[in-house]
Amino acid sequence: MLELIVNDKPVKADKGEMLLSVLRRQGIDIPTLCHVEGLTPTGACRLCVVEVEGQSGLVPSCACQVYNGMKVKTHTNRLIEARRTLLELIMSSHPDDCLYCQRRDTCELLELASKLGIKERRYKSVRSNPSLDISSPSIVRDPSKCILCGRCVRVCEEIQGVGAIDFIGRGSDCSVGTAFNEGLNTSSCVNCGQCITACPVGALTEARHINRVLNAMSNPELTIVVQHAPAVSVTLGEMYNLPSAADVQGVMIAGLRKAGFDFVFDTGFSADLTIMEEASELVSRISNGGVLPMMTSCSPAWVKFVEQYYPEMIPSLSTCKSPMQMLGAITKSWWAEKNKLDKSKIFSVAVMPCTAKKFEASRPEMGIGIPDIDAVLTTRELYDLFNIKGVKPFELKPMNNDNPFGQRSTAGKLFGATGGVMEAAIRTAHFLITGENMKNPVITELRDMTGIKEARVKIGELEIGVAVASGLSNARKLLDEIKMGRKDIHFIEIMSCPGGCIGGGGQPYGTDFESVRNRMSLLYKIDKEETVKYSHENQSISELYRDFLGKPLSGKSHTLLHTEYMNRVVMK
Amino acid sequence: MLKDNLFSRCCDKCWHSSEKACPDYISCLTQGPLCHHDEKCENKKKENISRITLKSMEKPMIFMGLGTCGMGAGALKTLEELENVIKEENIDVEIRKTGCIGLCTLEPLLDIKMPGRTRLSYGHVTEKNVRKILNSVINGKPEEENLIGQHFSDGDENWKNVPGFFDHPFFINQKRWVLKNCGINDPVDLEQYLANGGFLAFEKILKNELQASVCDEIEKSNLRGRGGGGFPTGKKWKFALNTPADQKYMICNADEGDPGAFMDRALIEGDPYRLLEGLMIASYAIGATQAYVYIRAEYPLAIERLIEAISNLKKFGFIGENILDSGFSLKIKIKKGAGAFVCGEETALIHSIEGKRGMPRVRPPFPATRGLFDKPTIINNVETLCNIPDIITNGYEWFCAAGTETSKGTKVFALSGNLNYTGLVEVEMGTPIREIIFQTGGGIPDNREFKAAQIGGPSGGCIPPQHLDIKVDYENLKTVGAMMGSGGLVIMDDKACMVDVAKFFMDFIQRESCGKCIPCREGTRRMLEILQMVTSNPSSDSSMNSLERLSGIITLEKLAEIIKSTSLCGLGQTAPNPVISTLRYFRSEYEEHIFNRKCSAKVCKELLTYQIDEDKCTGCTLCARVCPSEAIKGAVKSPHYIISENCVRCGSCLVACRQNAISVY
Repeated sequence: MLELIVNDKPVKADKGEMLLSVLRRQGIDIPTLCHVEGLTPTGACRLCVVEVEGQSGLVPSCACQVYNGMKVKTHTNRLIEARRTLLELIMSSHPDDCLYCQRRDTCELLELASKLGIKERRYKSVRSNPSLDISSPSIVRDPSKCILCGRCVRVCEEIQGVGAIDFIGRGSDCSVGTAFNEGLNTSSCVNCGQCITACPVGALTEARHINRVLNAMSNPELTIVVQHAPAVSVTLGEMYNLPSAADVQGVMIAGLRKAGFDFVFDTGFSADLTIMEEASELVSRISNGGVLPMMTSCSPAWVKFVEQYYPEMIPSLSTCKSPMQMLGAITKSWWAEKNKLDKSKIFSVAVMPCTAKKFEASRPEMGIGIPDIDAVLTTRELYDLFNIKGVKPFELKPMNNDNPFGQRSTAGKLFGATGGVMEAAIRTAHFLITGENMKNPVITELRDMTGIKEARVKIGELEIGVAVASGLSNARKLLDEIKMGRKDIHFIEIMSCPGGCIGGGGQPYGTDFESVRNRMSLLYKIDKEETVKYSHENQSISELYRDFLGKPLSGKSHTLLHTEYMNRVVMK
Repeated sequence: MLKDNLFSRCCDKCWHSSEKACPDYISCLTQGPLCHHDEKCENKKKENISRITLKSMEKPMIFMGLGTCGMGAGALKTLEELENVIKEENIDVEIRKTGCIGLCTLEPLLDIKMPGRTRLSYGHVTEKNVRKILNSVINGKPEEENLIGQHFSDGDENWKNVPGFFDHPFFINQKRWVLKNCGINDPVDLEQYLANGGFLAFEKILKNELQASVCDEIEKSNLRGRGGGGFPTGKKWKFALNTPADQKYMICNADEGDPGAFMDRALIEGDPYRLLEGLMIASYAIGATQAYVYIRAEYPLAIERLIEAISNLKKFGFIGENILDSGFSLKIKIKKGAGAFVCGEETALIHSIEGKRGMPRVRPPFPATRGLFDKPTIINNVETLCNIPDIITNGYEWFCAAGTETSKGTKVFALSGNLNYTGLVEVEMGTPIREIIFQTGGGIPDNREFKAAQIGGPSGGCIPPQHLDIKVDYENLKTVGAMMGSGGLVIMDDKACMVDVAKFFMDFIQRESCGKCIPCREGTRRMLEILQMVTSNPSSDSSMNSLERLSGIITLEKLAEIIKSTSLCGLGQTAPNPVISTLRYFRSEYEEHIFNRKCSAKVCKELLTYQIDEDKCTGCTLCARVCPSEAIKGAVKSPHYIISENCVRCGSCLVACRQNAISVY
């Protein structure tokens, strides 16, 4: 235990701690723009500077380790002046059009400007106006708004192990860009959108599909269906400043109807469907000597990651489409037939916690003739759509999803968290192999925020090794181990975003470790409280197989629910 | 290399070879043989040494100064003509190349040594006069024109009435330790470096010294980093030595980027082995088995010579596995940088070698404990390392005897600007700046007034006339708002505008900032913009501008203070220095620009007014015809006038006018 003196008061700290976290724990408000908990401190924005006795310059508290007897001042006039000047310097080269900015309500720069009381323009500058990068199906970059804090660069490099963007250019020409400053679509970007949630300003946003949806709604010939992913209902409440641990599915469904969607389906249903197919595929691979380990394929950023960096491991990827795509495909086939609808007159929308889903929906193999999914809204876009349509979900009476795609097991809901697909798959695989359900369906080893989790699971006589990773840099570690010759793992679940879909790139800005953990515990609560815990016990699923698909891995399944992958060559 | 050279075995009794080197290999080569006694063998060695040191020579030898400065002045053309002359007139001479001796003003330099006579040095030798000079020396009657002097040497007959080369005013006050071989030796000739005592220091430490005692020796010598920071080198080495690790790295920082600095380039071009020996000793001292020379790709000649020198060292077993049977192994790799100024900063340089973008990171941890690939790493500047071999050979007391209380030894400066002699000089620490300028540099040309000496590049400051007697010393220079820096010394006369000088450096910094931290990236840009406003055309002023200019000077000072105290790396922390220092000593010039909208040095073009004297103008229309912006009007044979708003202040009319009718103020 160390003791330091902060603003003339003694403060305790642990060895190796960074000064910023010690100060924050004391309730001392230190502004920062570049700091992200868990990422390498870069000390780039310099806003967190403090005075340390014995040092002539000011010290960035985010990158300064504490030591015993350290004497720190946090709010002297010199510091206030320095922080304000630094902020003014950024503001002087930042566009003024806050009125039109996506982030006007959530902008950290604006928030700091008002916090530090900046009211006058002391520095003027000549601004360059770099153009928007709208090349990516998922992410829009506006370099003119970038304040070069480097959060996106670090998230992409350290969390995702992709490094699609980095600083380019020198001095005041410095900017964040891709290799050779080409469009994001030709880069190694996997569209995960983690950069968007990390960005403090409006330099990164999703490619918005709201207008597509609004246009479709105004077309009387179209039937508008919407599906919502498991992670959305446990997150949306936060955007209405509800205490974070709240599932708002009922009012959200009511809101979706009011907003103009004709049918509201639950992606949790097709998550169950995915499990039926994927568990069968696993069982078949194990019993027929297929390629192992098998890897999940529901996270589209992860799929692109494999296609780019590990093309030799493509045979390991499950051929199952993601739940979103499966529901899209079933909607425009079985459901359309059943309801005597022209499938080209169905407009299928998905509300996802994800930006990579926008890319996935645009993949040419995702649909027969017409795309399975026509528009993908992120959680943030759903909030915006509600506002545009004047929907106040919390003033509505909760409603249920539309059948037949409104029912789901809790296993399907668990898809929202890292380890959830694995748990759900094992539950059903156990049933498929042994003919009976597991005594305790909860696999605790797979239930936390750890980056890489492993377990040995006994299914009857069979013992299989399973591994779960979230965050693509963790996936990379795991894959490299497999490539080096690890043979004890048979099934791998990868979610691109830390914590799984609940930490996705389409989730609210500033999503942090704490909020992801809250959403996760909400999903576990649902699993604990509801009764249908197994995908194979979902009645609608049984009905679908009975009426239409036959059995898992049937010919129809293969046409509609399975897909293929390709070797992608990108600038790495 | 000759068939019978320094590396050849003297007889079958000798068991030394580069493949099977023993601890005494180097001294055996130059002072041996040591492994056996045989007069014949000893004589053979001695003959070789006297051949290499030119004590005995069969034919005249010509030394051509082929550093980048010499080549820039046309040395290659001279060389071509020289080769023609030799062929045409069938003269039997040998041509050797050397690096730069420092006297860049007089390049191309050519030395001729006749057997038994001292070496003569000529300046400004071009393709036009090389034939005459060569013939005159061969014929025993050296041409006096262009002759700089003779290099006195033992055993050689002096030329009558020829001054000593090092008695030239440019050299007389220099103390040439680091530059000793530059311009004298053939830079890549390993024999020559060895024959002059080279690598004995390296052999000595490998054979006799513990790592810690090498560090001790350097620490006691009080050698300080010559890259500008001035951190005690021995102390730095000890940090790395005392950090346990499975791998350590030694890096030579040759990423010289200051405008006006070319010391490192000339040192490497002129004497690469001295640098490499220093690097090898340093690697041994800290326990590094891999060393890097980080050098900017803009120095192709230096790189070429380094590559050749390193391959020679490899060939003769001076680097590689188990060097001289000592158990110490070392590899040296050249890493070419893309020429970013910021890569001179230690952590940015490390990132660059790692293959990442050259951006500094927060320190601590310092590279000495966690550097390249997270291993303990020492980074020393070229000049620092070049000092090492002689300190080891002569002992720390020898080194400490030169210099001031806190700054020992010598310092190399790249002298440029308004001087009679520019080039590379090495002076003892404690030498007054005045002496460097007025003695070594030969004073200001055309009898103009000295105005300022810019020292330390973009991180340094300006020394005004009232501080000319300040002595070169790390601490001293700081008291007048300057710093030692890496050794750029730019002299300015009264034609220089100090606001423009500040603008030049701010422009440099804002372009070369890495862009990572806000104060350096945005702050320097804002400072430049303020300076641009101060020097911009008054006719485009709006009413607001004059007010802004007024506040500009206050803002400049405030910004400078904040950039200094909040920037991440040394580059940013010192970035405002050129402005602070010029504001301190030349405030009136700023005020003149701001209040009077005038630049009395007539450098800030936009502030100039061109006017035609009606009485002198004959209406010849010459000026109107050359004016690119049609700003001059007037009828033929009647006085012309200039429309100020249209004038772009290019000065074409001033040059064109034959009546001296145009004035600028």
